[in-house]
Amino acid sequence: MTDLQEHFQRTLDRDQRLEPRDWVPDGYRKTMIRQIAQHAHSEIIGMQPEGNWITRAPSLRRKAILLAKVQDEAGHGLYLYSAAETLGAERAELTEKLIDGKQKYSSIFNYPTLNFADVGVIGWLVDGAAICNQVPLCRCSYGPYARAMIRICKEESFHQRQGYELLMTMMRGTDAQRRMVQDATDRWWWPSLMMFGPPDGDSPNTEQSMAWKIKRHTNDELRQRFVDMSVPQAEALGATLPDPSLCWNAERGHYDFGEIDWSEFKQVVRGNGPCNAQRVAHRRAAHDNGAWVREAALAHAAKHSAREEAAA
Amino acid sequence: MSTENAYEALAEAHDDARWAFGTSFDDPLAGVDTTVPSGVDGDDLHAYCLMLGDDALIASHRLQEWCTNAPELEDEVALANIALDLLGQARLLLARAGERGEDYHAFFRDEQEFRNVRLVEPAGGDFGYLIAWLLVFTSWRLALLQRLESSRDPVLAAVAAKGVKEMTYHRDYAARWAVRLGDGTEYSHDRMRAGFEAVWPLVDELFTPHPIERRMAEHGVGVDPATVRAEFDDVLARVLDAATLELPEIPALAGVSGKTGRHGVHTEAMGYLLAELQSIARAHPEAIW
Repeated sequence: MTDLQEHFQRTLDRDQRLEPRDWVPDGYRKTMIRQIAQHAHSEIIGMQPEGNWITRAPSLRRKAILLAKVQDEAGHGLYLYSAAETLGAERAELTEKLIDGKQKYSSIFNYPTLNFADVGVIGWLVDGAAICNQVPLCRCSYGPYARAMIRICKEESFHQRQGYELLMTMMRGTDAQRRMVQDATDRWWWPSLMMFGPPDGDSPNTEQSMAWKIKRHTNDELRQRFVDMSVPQAEALGATLPDPSLCWNAERGHYDFGEIDWSEFKQVVRGNGPCNAQRVAHRRAAHDNGAWVREAALAHAAKHSAREEAAA
Repeated sequence: MSTENAYEALAEAHDDARWAFGTSFDDPLAGVDTTVPSGVDGDDLHAYCLMLGDDALIASHRLQEWCTNAPELEDEVALANIALDLLGQARLLLARAGERGEDYHAFFRDEQEFRNVRLVEPAGGDFGYLIAWLLVFTSWRLALLQRLESSRDPVLAAVAAKGVKEMTYHRDYAARWAVRLGDGTEYSHDRMRAGFEAVWPLVDELFTPHPIERRMAEHGVGVDPATVRAEFDDVLARVLDAATLELPEIPALAGVSGKTGRHGVHTEAMGYLLAELQSIARAHPEAIW
């Protein structure tokens, strides 16, 4: 083992953070870039389903909350792309991979938002599942990502509270509002469970990621934790989770839940979800329509520095 | 709250007001003297607040439409930020426009009751149009708010003081992009020029005072927009010069029997904008959000 390899292993063994200046194996670098990029892409694509309701938000307060949330997601994306850049990737290159379909983002955003309660349920369940996934990442072995996660988790928990509070308010409102909350809960529950990824037996990368201390818990562990926390919250809300098999198992100390439809998960991952094509086309259009603007900014900057040099 | 149990703590009671961003924000003007200044007609003051509030509300709506469509993530953040600031100004001003509250004014008035200038209404356009539009709107509004800071109405003065800080940044953002695009490539130069040409017919209306604006100015409460024209022209001339562009020479859009946005006579785009803005609120008039 070389000195560099030894330093890498020792850092992991001591549970310390790796920093951009440290040597890491190629596989670690690739895995980390892929994971951070997918996370950044998820933030950016995730702006679309919620952004869908900004102009129609039914009160100015809710409009401000939603707009601020979607703006935060753009900020998270920026922050994460910067973390990926510390590993040698470039934002422009990663964006190309996203719009060429060569890199993935969280499949949850390939589902449509169909009524205003979706905004609240995304906060409650989708951000909630994201927090369950991301809190352990605050201790991830790669320093810039771990630190990004601390900040992002704080903001996500803020968003989650806002979402849950919207649902609570709607449940105290009219019958139509309560139906909207239930409808949104019915549609988002199962896709939220899928956010933790395939079952452990079917998750080829988990073992290596855990050895590298990128990942701290398996998919199934995190999924169970999410279910256990969500059930009492649904009860407090007065909404029914759409799973007749949900019940407390005193022996395990956990809730049992029904079988996830993994065929749907695979369909969506493969690109055949309700909104995959739409989401990527939207991102591509924004990127393509902005090309002349980015070119102009570069051209102006070049002219500007040429003029400064000439004047000096 | 530790990050470990953020999710578990969801249903617990808490007193962290920050997260709720206005959740217990029933009266945005709490603490400010809201009595109508002496000698001022209450209806005039309400109508004047609607004018300034509607400008901000509708301009914010058009900026919200840029969300997820910006050329770069930094602009995504900046445009959302400007939209949020304007929305915040609109909320304070609409709350000042009578007892019925901000949401009544935003969601339950009909088109002819809106008092915004027509400039904020048109849909679409590319980034060049957006920047021309934003530069014109922010240069005009910043000049108005700077004068409103010394309004006899403490609410308007407070809204203006907050707004001046915000609009200074907004105008700076627009001016920088106008220079980059005007000076950048041949194509961006053309797009920027086309943007100013598209916006220009609606500029004169910004400086044509409505009788209510005149009366409010006479009472030391409002600003006669005609008085900020010279400053506006100066700002635009300087930015366009740096952007290697010329001021467009395009005639102003006429009104209808002399009536324009401030009178409640709008463009055709306004009906579609309101249909979208008001759709859910009107579908559920009994609901609480």
